[in-house]
Amino acid sequence: MASMRDIKRRRNSIASTQQITKAMKLVSTVKLQKTKARAERSKPYFDKMYRTVASMLARSGTISHPYLNPQPSAKKAVILITSNRGLAGGYNSNVIKTVTGSGLKAEDLVLFAVGNKGKEYFQRRNYRIENEYHEAIENPIFSDAKEICDDVLRLYLSGEVGEIYLAYTYFKNTVVHEPQLLKLLPVEVPEEDIESARSNTLMNYEPREEEALEIIIPKYMTSILYGALVEAVASENGARMQAMDSATSNAEEMIGKLTLQYNRARQGSITQELTEIIAGANAV
Amino acid sequence: MADDKYFDLEIITPDRIFWTGKASMLELNTSEGQVGIYKRHIPMTMILAPGIVTIHLEDGNKEAAVHAGFLEILPEKITVMAEIAEWPEEIDENRAKEAELRAARRIQTHDPKIDLSRAEVALRKSLIRQELAKRR
Repeated sequence: MASMRDIKRRRNSIASTQQITKAMKLVSTVKLQKTKARAERSKPYFDKMYRTVASMLARSGTISHPYLNPQPSAKKAVILITSNRGLAGGYNSNVIKTVTGSGLKAEDLVLFAVGNKGKEYFQRRNYRIENEYHEAIENPIFSDAKEICDDVLRLYLSGEVGEIYLAYTYFKNTVVHEPQLLKLLPVEVPEEDIESARSNTLMNYEPREEEALEIIIPKYMTSILYGALVEAVASENGARMQAMDSATSNAEEMIGKLTLQYNRARQGSITQELTEIIAGANAV
Repeated sequence: MADDKYFDLEIITPDRIFWTGKASMLELNTSEGQVGIYKRHIPMTMILAPGIVTIHLEDGNKEAAVHAGFLEILPEKITVMAEIAEWPEEIDENRAKEAELRAARRIQTHDPKIDLSRAEVALRKSLIRQELAKRR
């Protein structure tokens, strides 16, 4: 059995770790509330954006435009949104898994990394990383999304990449965050959304539909990206809060166990001392 | 009916629902020029140009600056999707003036490293902001 001193030392060390995890949990709870409110505030914009684009596409089946038609290049750009810091449970590895497990070939990937953790993972494995935007994840603003979007679109329009994907964590609610791999370009809208949009009134465009599409599609991409950034930040804080919460309760459990062991050892040593004294007294 | 001429208006930006309510007319700049829209307009989608939007309400007008985006017009409802929208009281006139000078200087330097179209957008933004700020 471990000595009393060892147990005590171990227990103290766990207690101070628990203090840290508890503090981190509190911090991420506050951050979560802030980022969650933000994600909710920006929701109407994206919903509307999505519906507008869906209804545009519903009636533009015949238009041939690089944004809508498959491109010859086999290369695929992936915008990867992870966090800059760890200790967030499975948050980062889940996003990474959606990319590695998607069936996209490693040599075809061109990565745009938002967040340090994802970049580190793919850099170690010699993936091509085109650009990094690590500040964007701390506090995303709309112009960050715009900058990333411009860079990716430049590559797309020059024909260097044929498809654009977005890997991020969808913030469903405080406890459920789903990592997702979303195809951005060429635009694909689910059939049922197109069907429901088709039944709506006939829409006119000014300027002409092609030109309007040319302007609206990049805006659509930017807004989806911004929405993804905002949601990813909320998810990150949610994931960290959960991870720290379970770390804190694990520490609690561990401390309980160690306290029990400590008391047992203490009692054992007292008993032993007593036996020794009595044995000594008998011998006299 | 007295309130027949009012339609639903929504101005949405990525960060907030900027304004929502009933209006009788909406004036704004589009890529095709200045327009004023009443109720029962034919359905249309237009691209916004940077400028000042004027919302005509029952009790006077409201003005705001918008910088990019598009709008969807339906007979009973207009939705403006703006990337940036600001009320006059949110604008810092000194900052806008400074931005104007900075953008103008950038355009004049003819430095190939400087993105000219971006500087022009910045210049236009600062001019709109100043104009709106003067009106308050």
